[in-house]
Amino acid sequence: MAEHDAPLLFERSRPGRRGVRPPVVDGPEMAELLGEASLRSEPPRLPEVSELDLVRHFTQLAHRQFSIDGNVYPLGSCTMKYNPKVHEDAAALFTDLHPSQDPEGAQGVLELLWRLQGGLATVTGMDDVSLQPAAGAHGELTGILMIRAYHVARGENEQRRVVIVPDAAHGTNPATAGMVGYRVVEVPTAADGEVDVEALKAKLGPDTAAVMLTNPSTIGIFESRIREIADAAHAVGAQLYYDGANLNAIVGKARPGDMGFDVVHLNLHKTFTTPHGGGGPGTGPVGVKAHLAPYLPRPVIGRDGDRFTIDDDRPESIGRMRSYFGNVGNLVRAYAYLRSLGAAGLADVAEMAVLNANYLRVRLAQQGFASAYDRTCMHEFVAQPPAGIRTLDIAKALLDEGMHPMTVYFPLNVKEAMMVEPTETESLESLDAYAETLGAILRRAQDDPAWLAEAPRTTPVRRLDELTAARHPILRWTPRDEPASDAAD
Amino acid sequence: MRYAPHTEEDVRRALDAIGVASVGELFADVPAELLDPELDLPEAMDEVTLMDHLQELASRDDARSPSFLGGGVRRHFLPAVTRHLAMQSEFVTAYTPYQPEVSQGVLQATFEYQTIMSELTGLPVSNASMYDGASAVAEAALLAIRATRRDKIFVSRGVHPESRDVLETYLHALDAEIHVVDLDDLATPVPSELGDAAALIVQNPNHLGRLETMDALADAAHDAGALFVSVVDPLSLAILRTPGEVGADIAVGEGQPLGVPLQYGGPHFGFMVVSEALVRQLPGRLVGETRDVDGRRGFVLTLQAREQHIRRGKAKSNICSNHQLAALMATVNVAALGPHGLREMAEGTVRNAHALADRLEREGYAVVRSGPFFAEFPLRISRDARALRRDLQREGVRAGLPIPAEYGLGDAVLITATELTRPSDVDALVAALSAVGERAGEVAHG
Repeated sequence: MAEHDAPLLFERSRPGRRGVRPPVVDGPEMAELLGEASLRSEPPRLPEVSELDLVRHFTQLAHRQFSIDGNVYPLGSCTMKYNPKVHEDAAALFTDLHPSQDPEGAQGVLELLWRLQGGLATVTGMDDVSLQPAAGAHGELTGILMIRAYHVARGENEQRRVVIVPDAAHGTNPATAGMVGYRVVEVPTAADGEVDVEALKAKLGPDTAAVMLTNPSTIGIFESRIREIADAAHAVGAQLYYDGANLNAIVGKARPGDMGFDVVHLNLHKTFTTPHGGGGPGTGPVGVKAHLAPYLPRPVIGRDGDRFTIDDDRPESIGRMRSYFGNVGNLVRAYAYLRSLGAAGLADVAEMAVLNANYLRVRLAQQGFASAYDRTCMHEFVAQPPAGIRTLDIAKALLDEGMHPMTVYFPLNVKEAMMVEPTETESLESLDAYAETLGAILRRAQDDPAWLAEAPRTTPVRRLDELTAARHPILRWTPRDEPASDAAD
Repeated sequence: MRYAPHTEEDVRRALDAIGVASVGELFADVPAELLDPELDLPEAMDEVTLMDHLQELASRDDARSPSFLGGGVRRHFLPAVTRHLAMQSEFVTAYTPYQPEVSQGVLQATFEYQTIMSELTGLPVSNASMYDGASAVAEAALLAIRATRRDKIFVSRGVHPESRDVLETYLHALDAEIHVVDLDDLATPVPSELGDAAALIVQNPNHLGRLETMDALADAAHDAGALFVSVVDPLSLAILRTPGEVGADIAVGEGQPLGVPLQYGGPHFGFMVVSEALVRQLPGRLVGETRDVDGRRGFVLTLQAREQHIRRGKAKSNICSNHQLAALMATVNVAALGPHGLREMAEGTVRNAHALADRLEREGYAVVRSGPFFAEFPLRISRDARALRRDLQREGVRAGLPIPAEYGLGDAVLITATELTRPSDVDALVAALSAVGERAGEVAHG
C-alpha cells in the first residue's frame, strides 16, 4: 500500500507506545471481581501513540478542514456565522455539573436555562419553550408529536393523517412526518417563489394534521401571505409548524408566534451561533402556543419563588425526547449570545444578514449568476449558473480559491440550484471577493470547459469516487494482517 | 456586543448597490403589522458584564465537591490534550462535510471514530454518532421494527429509565407494543415468551450497575426471530465481553464516559454499531473510504440513500445534525489513552466501585448485592431518596441518584465510583451519610 498523505491513527500506532496515563488504582484482578466469563477475550485494537503523535495527527487533520474561522462559508440554510470566542469561555463555566445532582447544587445553571426558555419564547412570540431537543430535526419530531397529541386529545387523530409541506422544504420535514406515521403531501412553489397559496388551500381539509413551513422559505423569500395561510390552516383545524432554520432573517424583526404559527423549533446552531462542530451537536428548542404547552416534553425548568426547579410532573406531556435537559453546553452559548445582543442587537443581526444577502445577490447577478427568483430576498437567495455550466463544477473550483461553496442542488425545485447565505458577520469586502472569484471562475470555464471539470487541483484530495464508496463500502480500518477489503494498492 | 462588521458607510454602499434607499425596504415583504415588535428582553451586555453575570450564576452551582453520581454518565479522567485538540476551531466551526475535498479532517476523524466503536463493540459497522444514549435506544428499536417487519419490542427494566421513556415517546405514534421485562435479583431473566418480538433490548451493565448474562439473552432473542439490542457503556468495553462476542445485532449506548465533559447532561453523543446485515437500515451519517481522481485515499459520506436529504418522507430516520464534535472528542480521548490507558480506567472504576461497596458495608450500610457489577450499585436507605440527595448536597457531597420505585428496592439510591474517586472522597461520603443522620444498620439487607 502506498504511503498516505495523512495516515490513520491506526497506521501511526506502535505496540507498547503510550500517550497520557490515567491515575493508577491498585486492587484485585478483574477475573476475581467480575468473573472470567464477563470479560472480553481479546483487547480492542486501539491506536497506541505518544501524546505528540496525537497532537501532530489531529493538527494535521485540522489543516485538512475548511471552517468558518478559516474560510468564507456561505452554505445556504445553514447560517454559518461567526461563533464568538467568549461563548467558549462561557460554556467552560458549566462543564463539571452532573445532570442528576441535587437542584440545590445547580441553581445557577437552572436559572440560566429558565431565563433562556423565557428569552426564546419572547423572541419567537410563543408562550412556552422546551430546551430539550438535541437538533433541529429532533425539535421537528418533538413538535409534530405534540401536534399529534393535541389531535388525539380532541379525538381527531384518526381523521388527521396528512402533513403538508412545500416542495422546497428541508428533507427533515417530510422525514419527520414519516417517523410519526403521517402521509406527506407536497405543495408547489408559485412563480414568485412563495408557496402556491391556492394549491395549499386546495389541499387543506379535515384530514390535515399540520402544515410545516419555513419562513422565509429555503428560497430566501418571505411568505407575504403567511397570515392568510395560518387562517386557512386553522379554519380546517390544522396546526401550523414553523421550521426555524431560517430565523436568522427575521430574528428581532418579526415573530413566528405573531404570524400564527402554533409550534416553532429553533436551530440554535444557526441563529444563535452555537458552533456547528463539523456536523453537530446542534440544539433545537421548541416553542409552543399555550394550547400545546401541556404536551411539551418532560421535564421543563420551572420557578418556584426564588428557587429554580425541574418539573417532571406533566401528565399530558408527550414524554421524554432524550436524556436530561438538553445540550446545556450549547444552551449556555446561546444564552450568552442573547444577553450580549439584547433586542436591538438581534434586530441588527437580521437586518445585516438580509443586507448582505441582497448585496451578494446583486453582485452575483452582475457576474452572470442570475437569481432563480428576481426579487428582494431575505437572508439567502438561490442563484443559477448560465446554461451549460454545472453548479457542482463551480463549487469545486471555489475550493481552489480557499472559499467554501454555497449549498448546491437544493432546493430541489430549482435546477442547478446554488443556495447562498452569507450571514451578517461577513464584510462587504469578503462578499466582493466571493462574487469576483465566482465571476472569474465562470469566465474561465466558458473559455475552457475542460479546466473547470478538473477542479479542484489544490485541495488535500481531489474529486473523490463516491460511487465506489457506496457500491463497495469500506466503513472502518482493517489491520493489514486481516483479509482486507482495502486492497486497491 | 455586535459581531456584524458593517460601518455606516458599508450600509450605504450596500444599499446603493442593491438599489434601495433603506434597510427597511428590504423587509417590504413582511406585513407591516408583523414588523418590529417590542421585545421584552434585558439590555445588551458587554463582554466583561456578560462574564461577570455568568460567573455569578456558575458560583451558585456545585461543580467541585466529591461526586458519586452516575446512571450512565460519570466524571472520568479527561486529559488536557483531549479538550485542546478536539476544540481546535477547524473542527468546532465546520459543518457537515458536504464538500469532502476540504473536509478530510472531520471525515477521517469520523472514519477513525467508526473503527474505534467497531473495535470496542465487536460489531462491524458504526454510524457517525447519534444525539445521546437514550435516543440511540429508540432508534435501535425503530431499526428492529423496520428490519423484522414486526412491531413488539421487549425491553429489560434494567435499561435506563430515561432511555425507556424516550423509547415510549418515539414508538407511541407508531402503535408498536412495548413489553418491559422485570428484573429478578437485579438482573434480567431470560424471558419465557418473546412471541413475535422485533427486538429484545438489554443494558449491560444495567441501570443498577449489575452485569447481565448477555449470551443467554441474545440466544433467546434469536430463537424467537428477534434482533438482540445490547445497550452498553463504551468504557466498560475496554474489559467486558463485547456485543459482538455475545452475538448482538445492534449495540447502542451513551458515549459520554469515553471522553466528553458532563455539561449538566449534554451535549454528549450516542452511538450505534450494527452487524453487516443491517447496514442499509442504519440511521444517520456514515463515512466510507475511497480514492480521489489521482488515486489518493480519501473519505466521503456514503450510503446516503438511507437519509432524509435524499429519501425525504421515506428516510430511515429524520436525523440530520448528529453529535459529531462530541464523537470526535471521544476519538481523540481514546487515542490519547490507548488500549492500556482505557483498560486501566475501566479497571480503576471497577476496583474503586468494589472498594466503596465494601467500605459502606463495613460501615454497616445496606449495599444491595447480587452478582458482578461495574461502576455502581444500589444502596438501601432509611428516607426518601430525593431527600437524602438534598441532605448530602448540603453536606458538600454529590451522591444519591434516586432509584425509581419500579425496581422494588424501596428507598434506595445508586452509588457510583470511577477511577477518579479518591480515598478522601469516600471518607467524605461516609462522614456526610453519618452527618445527615443516615445511620448504619437501620435498613435490613436485601
